[in-house]
Amino acid sequence: MSEPKSLFDKVWDAHVVKSIEDGPDVLFIDRHFIHEVTSPVAFLSMEQRGLKVLHPNRTFATADHNTPTINQHLPVADALSANQLLALETNTGKYGISHWGLGHYKNGIVHVVGPENGITLPGMTIVCGDSHTSTHGAFGAIAFGIGTSEVEMVLTSQCIMQQKAKKMRIVINGKVSEGVLPKDVILYVIAKISASGATGYFVEYAGEVFESMSMEGRMTVCNMSIEMGARGGMIAPDQKTFDYIQGKELAPKGADFDKLVEYWKTLKTDEGAQFDIEYVYDAADIEPMITYGTNPGMGIAISKPIPRPDDVLDGKASYAKSLDYMGFNVGESMIGKKVDYVFLGSCTNGRIEDFRQFASVVKGRKKADNVIAWLVPGSHVVEDQIKAEGIYDILINAGFELRQPGCSACLAMNDDKVPAGKYAVSTSNRNFEGRQGPGARTMLASPLVAAAAAVTGEVTDPRTFLN
Amino acid sequence: MAYDKFTVLKSSAVPLPIENVDTDQIIPARFLKATERKGFGDNLFRDWRYNNDDSPKEDFVLNNDKYSGKILVAGKNFGSGSSREHAAWAIYDYGFRCVVSSFFADIFRNNCLNIGILPVQVSAGFLNSIFEAIEANPETELEIDLSAQKITLLVTGESEGFAINGYKKNNMLNGYDDIDFLQSLKEEIGVYAESSPY
Repeated sequence: MSEPKSLFDKVWDAHVVKSIEDGPDVLFIDRHFIHEVTSPVAFLSMEQRGLKVLHPNRTFATADHNTPTINQHLPVADALSANQLLALETNTGKYGISHWGLGHYKNGIVHVVGPENGITLPGMTIVCGDSHTSTHGAFGAIAFGIGTSEVEMVLTSQCIMQQKAKKMRIVINGKVSEGVLPKDVILYVIAKISASGATGYFVEYAGEVFESMSMEGRMTVCNMSIEMGARGGMIAPDQKTFDYIQGKELAPKGADFDKLVEYWKTLKTDEGAQFDIEYVYDAADIEPMITYGTNPGMGIAISKPIPRPDDVLDGKASYAKSLDYMGFNVGESMIGKKVDYVFLGSCTNGRIEDFRQFASVVKGRKKADNVIAWLVPGSHVVEDQIKAEGIYDILINAGFELRQPGCSACLAMNDDKVPAGKYAVSTSNRNFEGRQGPGARTMLASPLVAAAAAVTGEVTDPRTFLN
Repeated sequence: MAYDKFTVLKSSAVPLPIENVDTDQIIPARFLKATERKGFGDNLFRDWRYNNDDSPKEDFVLNNDKYSGKILVAGKNFGSGSSREHAAWAIYDYGFRCVVSSFFADIFRNNCLNIGILPVQVSAGFLNSIFEAIEANPETELEIDLSAQKITLLVTGESEGFAINGYKKNNMLNGYDDIDFLQSLKEEIGVYAESSPY
């Protein structure tokens, strides 16, 4: 009997081409996603060395970070953004890499389009020059963000060199209460562990809460693994995973699919496998969450007051600076705080389920006059689903508009910037200073909390809207 | 791109005693639009360093002539958030060759090592000693000896060892990078690729 292994061990060990003594492992990469911002320098440097792309069929490109979310049929006005988009088109064309650029019907946020087209599969190693690559861990893949030097490594050798991370397991048992979404679950976990508490670890999420979650919910959770410092997070694949993948355009079909499913069924942590650290939480303790500070670990149950610095795990030295930036005070309630902007979208919450949740609250209500709302689907596929399911009509009737796919206000590289000093309730993943625009003040929350804020114009407990 | 060798660095340091400095602070997303690796140092810590009208913020450390050097000393959990290598490029382009902190975010640490910046992780106590020494005298010098894996606060002689794996250490001492190394493994990688189920 071999030693019991974790899910992470199984996938990692299956990809080690070579282990270097007192050094990293050479890890083979099955899927490589690229986008316009972190790839141009990698191509340039590769060419300066006289190297070529080794496996162009293992790399997939989409434009998302700096693309506009209105009038996508027009030329991109910002010259620098246009230049990056052109570089992506040129580089992918030159080396025969799949490219879903602006205007392509498959275009969208990299971490939304990968799974929805069947590119992401269990047991794979997946990397991208984007820290939210951890999203793909929802399928039982090892997926994580890399820097541009590593993008160049993958282009030229299909490998990267990394030391195997330590292992953390986060178990949440029980059932979450009504109004609590996967976003609340992960914000709760990050608040418990802190924004740096999982640095050096790869996380496995286990327990009833994750088992009963949809694939979209699992993606939301794994997406934010990086926000507690983890290299990535993953969830063991199950029938729900296989059903999601089956029939997706680029997924294996027929006997190939069946054979892979047999393998994928072995991708779970063995009884007795060891973790370096384990946290166990109870689903009943999780309420709708919201952040009050400038890192994702600064989150609280929406009904609770802003904590005292002594009660926070991490960042005591910068706590006052953080609250000062937000214009908040210790002990205040978040409920009733004025909201100027609402952003629904991003690789965290830009999927169909998120729009269904948002629509469930705004249906039959009206957008608050003081709120500017940006509703940005994660892809054209999501956009089409929104229209097909009648969600579009609900949004329009409630006074909202639907924008076109892209990363948008999550990182404000395009024109979707929250002005200085303004407050945004955002379903994205980072509340860093200036993340959504210079001086912008971000409160991270679920699509339900975002919807409640959008119709009331202030931070509101979404449970007041539940029937 | 191979980088300069790193052996011993003796320099004064720039203090940034703030925790959880994320890569959006190191370089905001709106400055990531170049297609070449140059000029990022101009936008290092952009929103802490400049007002909206591009005038320097006088109270920010990079705008204070008292502080200079090739070493950046920062609070715990430096480089969290986005994987943008541009953050490491901005630090390098500005002139830093070493970042000292009591804790680094993973991806940032890797990015630094891949471009020739040495991340030196020290204890919270030692970090505090460095901040205090710089506050007392901005010209105070640190010596970082990669070969010996030792950082010394020269004014007091206080020193501490730091960790780095043997492979990366050898790379930095010689200015090698992973891309050259991976090219030498073409055959083994080819064999693996043949056996992959994907």
